[in-house]
Amino acid sequence: MELLRAQNVSKMFGGLKAVSDFDVYINKGELVGLIGPNGAGKTTAFNLLTGVYQPTTGSIDFDGKSLVGLKPYEITQRGIARTFQNIRLFSELSVIDNVKIAHHSHVKYGVMESVFRLGRYFNEEAEIEHEAIELLKIFKLDDKKDEIAKNLPYGAQRRLEIARALAAKPKLLLLDEPAAGMNPQETQELMQMIRWIREEFGLTVLLIEHDMSLVMGICERIYVLEYGSVIARGTPQEIKNDPEVIRAYLGGEAIN
Amino acid sequence: MNRLRMQDMKILVASLVLFGILMALLGGGVLGAFWEFNLILLGINIIMSVSLNLINGYTGQFSLGHAGFMAIGAYMSAVLTTNFQVPFLGALIAGGLAAMLLGLLIGLPTLRLRGDYLAIATLGLGEIIRITIMNIQYVGGAAGFMGIPHKTTFTWVFFVMLFVLFFVKNFINSSHGRACIAVRENEIAAEAMGINTTKYKVMAFAIGAGFAGVAGGLFAHCFYIINPTSFTFMASFNYLIMVVLGGLGSITGSIAGAVVLTGVSAALADLPEFRMIIFSLVLILLMFYRPQGLFGYMEAADMKWIKRLKGGRK
Repeated sequence: MELLRAQNVSKMFGGLKAVSDFDVYINKGELVGLIGPNGAGKTTAFNLLTGVYQPTTGSIDFDGKSLVGLKPYEITQRGIARTFQNIRLFSELSVIDNVKIAHHSHVKYGVMESVFRLGRYFNEEAEIEHEAIELLKIFKLDDKKDEIAKNLPYGAQRRLEIARALAAKPKLLLLDEPAAGMNPQETQELMQMIRWIREEFGLTVLLIEHDMSLVMGICERIYVLEYGSVIARGTPQEIKNDPEVIRAYLGGEAIN
Repeated sequence: MNRLRMQDMKILVASLVLFGILMALLGGGVLGAFWEFNLILLGINIIMSVSLNLINGYTGQFSLGHAGFMAIGAYMSAVLTTNFQVPFLGALIAGGLAAMLLGLLIGLPTLRLRGDYLAIATLGLGEIIRITIMNIQYVGGAAGFMGIPHKTTFTWVFFVMLFVLFFVKNFINSSHGRACIAVRENEIAAEAMGINTTKYKVMAFAIGAGFAGVAGGLFAHCFYIINPTSFTFMASFNYLIMVVLGGLGSITGSIAGAVVLTGVSAALADLPEFRMIIFSLVLILLMFYRPQGLFGYMEAADMKWIKRLKGGRK
C-alpha cells in the first residue's frame, strides 16, 4: 500500500530550480534511500515533504491526503517525523527533555489541567516519562538521560535525534544523513538499529545518506537525484550498475 | 501521595511560614511602614519579573513592553474600583484579563518578528499604550488618575504572588511549558516535532501580559494616584534587568533578581542620582563574569551546593 506519493514536485528559488519534477512513491513498511551528489537537492526534497518549503508546483500525498499547504507541525501531527542533516537538538536541555518535547502532539491534558495539576496531568506525565526512558534505552542513552544534550558525543547526538523523532510516533521517518560524521563501526551499529526500529515500530523509512555501504546495505529501493531531478530509481543492484548514476558520481568520461 | 505533589506541599508550607514570620514582624512593629511598602513593591516586582521571564526567558521572545501591560491592568482595575465600586479581586482579574486580551491581539502580528525586531516592536507598543492613556481625559490624562481606594496590603500581594509563582512553575513543568522552551531552543526543530510555535509564542506572551496586568492592579491600589510616567520604557527596562540578572529561564532566578533590584533601590532611596549608575555597573560586571545570570537556566533546588546542603541526595 502506498504511504507517500510526490508527483511532479518542483521548487524554485528565484531563477534556480532546486528540485524539478520530483516523482517519488514509498510503500508502507519500505526502507527507501535517496542519494545524489552534493547540492543535488536531497535536503530540499526533505524540506518539501515536511512543509518547511512549499512546492512551486506538484502534489504530495501522505496516507491518502494532500500535504501541500500544511505547516511543518501539522505534517508531523499527520505522522511524518524527521532528523536534520546539521543536528538540531534542543541543545541546552537534558537528553530526556529532548525526547519528552517530541511527545507533545500526543498529549491530551490542557493548559489549565497542567497549571492546577488536575485530572490527566499526573498519569500522562508519568506515561511520557516512561515512554521517553524506553526510547532512550533502545538508543543506549538511558544512562545519560539527565545530561545536557550539547555535551553528548557526536554519535550520541545523532542517535538522540532519531530517538526524539520516534517520540513523535510517526508512520514515516525521514532521516537526513544519519551516519554523517560517524566512524565505520558506529555506522554499522546504526544500520542494525535502523533495521530494528523499523521492525519494532512498523515504520516506513526514507533516508538520505552519503555512506554507500549503509545505503546499499539496508535500503530496498533507491532514488538518485542530480541537479534536482531523479536520474535513476531501483534496487541497490540496479543502481550500482546504472550508467547514469556512475556518470553522475564519477564524471562523464568514465562511460564514454 | 506522589513526589510532585509532595514537592508542591513543601514549597507551599515554606511560603506560609515565611508569610507568618513577615506578618508577625510587621504586626509587632519590628518592621515599619517603609519595610511594608518595600515588601509590597517586592511582591509586585516578583510578579512582573516572573511573568516577563515566561516570555523572555522560557519562550525566548524578547519583549521590552512589559510595563505597558502593567499600565493596562493598573488603569483598568483602578477605574473599576473607583468609578464602579467593583470588589478588589474582581478588578484585579478584570485588569489581568484586559492586559491578556491586548497581549493576545498584539502578540499575533508582532510575534512573527524575531530577536531585535520583536524587541523594537514591543518597545514601541509599550510607549503607544502609555501615550494613549496619557491622552484619555477620562482617566486623568498626564496628571494621573486620582482617588483610587487603598486596597493593596501585604497579604494580597503575597498570595497573588504565590499564585503566579505556582502557575508559572506548573505551566513550565508541563508539555505546554516544554513546548515554549523548545521554541526558545530551536524553533525549526520545535516545529518539526509537532509543536505549533506561533500558538505557544502567543500563549506565553498573553499569559505574561495577563500577570503583568494583575501586578499593575496591585500597584495601582497601593497609592491614591497612578500616573502614566510610572509605566515608561525605563520601567520595562527595570523588569528586564531583574530577569537577566537572575537568569533567563529560572523562576528562582527572577525572584532573586527582583529581591536584589528592589533592595538596591530601597537602600539607595536617598541617593536617586547614583541608582542608575550602580545598576549599570552591576549589569556590566554581571555580563563579564556571569553572562547567563545569577542562576542561569537552573532553579535554586537544582544547584549543586543546595543539593549538598540538603544532604547530598541524588
